[in-house]
Amino acid sequence: MREMLLLKCGELVLKGLNRSRFTVRLEQNLRRRLKDHGKFDIYTIQSTLYVEPLEGGDLEAAYEAALKLFGVAAVCRAVVCEKNIEAIKQTTGDYLSAALSGKKRFKVAAKRSDKRFPMTSPEIAREVGGYLHDRFPDLIPDMENPEILVTVEIRDRYAFVHGLKETGAGGMPVGSNGKGALLLSGGIDSPVAGWMMARRGLELSAVHFFSYPYTSEQAKEKVIELGRLLTAYAGRIELYIVPFTKIQEEIRKKAPEDMFTIVMRRFMMRIADQVAAAHGCGALITGESLGQVASQTMEAMAVTESVAQLPVFRPLIGMDKDDIVRIARKIGTFETSILPYEDCCTVFTPKHPVTRPKAFKAEAAEAEMDIEALVTEAVKNTERMVLDNER
Amino acid sequence: MSVHYLDNAATARVLPEAAAAAMRAMEEDYGNPSSLYRLGLESAALLKRSREQVARAMGCIPSELIFTSGGTESDNMAIVGAAMRRRGRRHLITTEVEHPAVLNTIRRLEEYGCEATILPADREGRVSAEQVLEALRPDTALVSVMAVNNQTGVLMPIREIGEGIRRKDKDVLFHSDMVQGFFKQETPPAAFPVDMASVSGHKIGAPKGIGALYIRNGLTLPPLITGGGQEGNLRSGTEPMPAIAAFGEACRVKAQTLSGDLARCTELSCLLRERLRRELPEAVIFTPEKDVAPHILAFSIPGGRSEVMIRVLGDRGVFVSGGSACAKGKRSHVFVAMKLPSRVIDGALRVSFCPENTEEDVAALMDGLKVVRDMFG
Repeated sequence: MREMLLLKCGELVLKGLNRSRFTVRLEQNLRRRLKDHGKFDIYTIQSTLYVEPLEGGDLEAAYEAALKLFGVAAVCRAVVCEKNIEAIKQTTGDYLSAALSGKKRFKVAAKRSDKRFPMTSPEIAREVGGYLHDRFPDLIPDMENPEILVTVEIRDRYAFVHGLKETGAGGMPVGSNGKGALLLSGGIDSPVAGWMMARRGLELSAVHFFSYPYTSEQAKEKVIELGRLLTAYAGRIELYIVPFTKIQEEIRKKAPEDMFTIVMRRFMMRIADQVAAAHGCGALITGESLGQVASQTMEAMAVTESVAQLPVFRPLIGMDKDDIVRIARKIGTFETSILPYEDCCTVFTPKHPVTRPKAFKAEAAEAEMDIEALVTEAVKNTERMVLDNER
Repeated sequence: MSVHYLDNAATARVLPEAAAAAMRAMEEDYGNPSSLYRLGLESAALLKRSREQVARAMGCIPSELIFTSGGTESDNMAIVGAAMRRRGRRHLITTEVEHPAVLNTIRRLEEYGCEATILPADREGRVSAEQVLEALRPDTALVSVMAVNNQTGVLMPIREIGEGIRRKDKDVLFHSDMVQGFFKQETPPAAFPVDMASVSGHKIGAPKGIGALYIRNGLTLPPLITGGGQEGNLRSGTEPMPAIAAFGEACRVKAQTLSGDLARCTELSCLLRERLRRELPEAVIFTPEKDVAPHILAFSIPGGRSEVMIRVLGDRGVFVSGGSACAKGKRSHVFVAMKLPSRVIDGALRVSFCPENTEEDVAALMDGLKVVRDMFG
């Protein structure tokens, strides 16, 4: 049985004149994801992407990739058959026999783009429906509210049949809405934030602040692994690793202890802002959620984001930890996030952090530091890595 | 960059004679000691010679010694064996500063119907013979107390405890984890009044993965690992000849230089202690001056963070360990038992010498310590 995939597009269908731009992007993204899995014929008709394996094309790999492709609302597996009604009936029964067994409400729909086919769509539907009803007597025809909708499509070269639909990853194609810079720590939250914004069509760059020897090489490896895990959904990610040790030590020397974390986050925002702008990103993305920790109060976020020029997207801002963890598990980042390699040494963590900082207090705390020099040096020495679909 | 390896209590370099013996056993004399032909008989002879070498070092006769995969397995066999042996006697006594191979094994036995008394240590990390003897009950099966604490180097009063137990209740078995004491004291393990003693190869110049358990003549212990019946049916499994041959050679070589080695380690340890006092007075030294093993010196740079300091020192070629970790909940149970303040525990470092270390190693360490002291100052 020769199988293929149908990818039903999501929100794209609402976009009107922009639709073709989005489907082109979606096709491009899919091609990139499938480049190591053999040859495929990929084409779009209206708001459905068709994926036919050619020589060496690995359909299972394509199916897995399709389920993680943003911009796709549903993924259907379909079987290809000859364009005659007997073959169609037989193949449909064979292919969907497992799904059609048992008392189920079913309906058959037919579409034909080849108008030379000797039967009309309603005739095709009736004939196939009748055959299936005979072969699977427990099936109950239901035109209004079927549990399983068998669709027969007659195209130029062949016919194909599909019945089962899997929910797709949703969202919009990666890159269709620009590029964002994700502040990626090793925690549970930031990878989820990155995933959510990729889902809204942002290509991702990632920025990580590395404080060796206060933090370990293993902590850095963990972040790289998290980035790799995200590429399955977000495609290629450029990871920027910023040497942050000197800044941490300066903060510890010159700022009041209760302001350590706030000042640190301001430096992170400044640096991320510059790195992001230099690489075509239109926004920063963080994993902040309101009230989770002392530095994530309203006031704290206002004070830290004020030093950034780019808008700061916080997709987790209104989410509970439980919901964030659920997503992290679903997208496969949770187990890596909880590995015990800390991304900030306790020597830089205040015992009694300020929770409602004021802007002027933050500025005073930074007053004795040469902010521009520190930021410039960090940006200049940032290491760049490209993460792409390696598993 | 030169290497200054100061973590010999964690593991030590294999002696060249030991490595050579292992290679020979792998490449030439590779027979199975249980085989009936010449190659096998030669391996059996090598096994016998190696056993004699280790027994000599341990101060026992060859039949009192079985080879194991290391200190952990020896501890397991001694403790589980003692608990399994005495129906009716299910009480176990140990200390809170033992190695996890002892503590976790005893805790696990509590799930199988044993009761454990875990004696608290004093501020130096020691327990007294009085404490042990007071805890004895009519249903006590086993007392397990380590000879030398691996984090601090303090000596436990093994002789006093052993003699006390023999006086009070001959049916209680006394086991000692002597992994850190083997070749670190003049008295060999079996010369102490113990029924069983665990030792490990990789602390004394043999490869990792080999150790032994001394079981006093006349004591029958049920096996932990059963199978083909090797080691008198006490520890089945084809004998790991390369590791055993290496272990034997390491014991032979080390026995020739024991006194000199102990003196050398003492010398280096004193030098470090002196230099710390003079040049880093803020350091808190955990290891007391008396009744300690010669090779371990544990101290803290208060305000520092163990893991970070180890990394910085490591980047300079100086290798030491911590016995503590930055994350809460991963603090050394030994330091916690000694009731040291958190600030001190978090900055803990452990140095452990071998006789091949030099004054230059101490100098490199001191330079590195000053750097980390300034980082956290």
